[in-house]
Amino acid sequence: MHLKLPHWHAEQAPVKESAVVAMADVHLSFGKEEILRGLNLRVEAGERLAILGKSGGGKSTLLRLILGILKPQKGTVRFRGMEVNRLSRWRLNRIRQKIGMVYQYSALISSLTVAENLALPLEELTDLTASEIDKKVDEKLAMVNMLETRNKMPGDLSGGMRKRVGLARALVLDPELILYDEPSAGLDPVTSAVIDELMMSMSDKTGATSIVVTHEMDSAFKVATRMAMLHEGKIIADGKPEEFRNSADPLVKQFIEGNAVGPLTAG
Amino acid sequence: MIRRLLLDISSIVWLLFETIQEMSDHVVFRRRLPFRASNFFNEADRTGFGSVPLVALVSFFLGLTMALLSGYVLKSFSQEKLVPKLVVLAFTRELGPLMTGIMVAARMGAAFTAELGTMTVAEEVEAIEAMGIGPRRLLIGPRLTAVFLLMPCLVVVSNLSAMAGAQIISKWAFNISVLNFANTALHSLYFRDIFGGTFKSLMFGAIIGMIACYKGLVVRGGAAGVGEATTSSVVTAITTVITFDTLFNIVQTSLID
Repeated sequence: MHLKLPHWHAEQAPVKESAVVAMADVHLSFGKEEILRGLNLRVEAGERLAILGKSGGGKSTLLRLILGILKPQKGTVRFRGMEVNRLSRWRLNRIRQKIGMVYQYSALISSLTVAENLALPLEELTDLTASEIDKKVDEKLAMVNMLETRNKMPGDLSGGMRKRVGLARALVLDPELILYDEPSAGLDPVTSAVIDELMMSMSDKTGATSIVVTHEMDSAFKVATRMAMLHEGKIIADGKPEEFRNSADPLVKQFIEGNAVGPLTAG
Repeated sequence: MIRRLLLDISSIVWLLFETIQEMSDHVVFRRRLPFRASNFFNEADRTGFGSVPLVALVSFFLGLTMALLSGYVLKSFSQEKLVPKLVVLAFTRELGPLMTGIMVAARMGAAFTAELGTMTVAEEVEAIEAMGIGPRRLLIGPRLTAVFLLMPCLVVVSNLSAMAGAQIISKWAFNISVLNFANTALHSLYFRDIFGGTFKSLMFGAIIGMIACYKGLVVRGGAAGVGEATTSSVVTAITTVITFDTLFNIVQTSLID
């Protein structure tokens, strides 16, 4: 693998856009493998959108497109009207500070303590004093009930605890949008329920918009105010959780019911 | 093969450009140092101070052996008094920077690649990028600066250790006094020799740092991938250092000497 050489683009002025995230006709391929084939998606402020779909279907890729880590070959990805793949590196980094990302395996920096992990973005990106940073770190750790772990190393925490610290780190810059990549994957049902509750309470407390990528249906129905299903690189269903539950679409039905036989597994 | 080599070279150059851009953005827009001074001193301590015992010991024995072998050959022509001149020139111009480059590539290049590779595999590098911090500035900046600036210092350590080794053997085997050794050594040195060695060591530092960081950031495939990248990083860095050294020597010899 090689680092991709970026295209030079003229930076564009933001367009008037009510949606927090607006993706239009997004195409993305890795080599010959087409991941996204004309994906369209809008996420309005305050929504908790669950994106469903088979493993390897491009759900996590979609989050990386919003963050500008990946760039689409065609189409546009806008955050608050700003086209993320046409921004300068500095402006893109400024945009990223308004987005919090919770990783599937937490992605905490293993050489730093829990408190240092949370303090890192504050030290690097804000002008807060050391005592203000300490206060903010404690506040965010308290929000996820992890204050007692502040001096521990990530390696000393369980999977569920790491997820909670990951969530606290994502919240530390008070983001407008929180992206969750498989937040309940690999957790026991109780810890998974705790994470779901945290996601809902964080969204309520901070008013942040959330996009949750998951294939855990119980979690999705509990957390989401809206759902979208990604299949073969496109959003094939989009609606409220009740609409999904009552959907007659055989693809949606098979996915929700977790049937081994059906159109998703045919061919 | 050639396509892959060119792609690697262009990617490393681009990574260097992006690192400089991220650091200068931080200085210009945030009005701060490109990276935290503590991070730099931590890397400088590991790269510089941490490498001193290895560099000093290897260079000491190398200088000792070189003086012994060259002395025996020169003795047959009754020219053993040239041993200090031979050793000081060989080390200042060539062996000091080259041997230090090889040792630093093996010691610190491997460490940089393994650290960054493990962070890449665990999505830590991506997380830093996602937070808008700039992983190149945070991770490559201090490492590259440390290895770039500390290489000439390590070369000085290497040269002095080799002189010490050569001096001991000169006294013991060829009866050259310490004062005589030091006088001959100092009078044999020209500015161009010191400049050439220092310039080479700076370039070696940049080459080792960039190759090691690049190899770490493009790791794929978990623990096995990190192991593979670390081996590849050391091999590539050593090969590149020797290749650069050869080209530099050809240019220096034909243009300056």
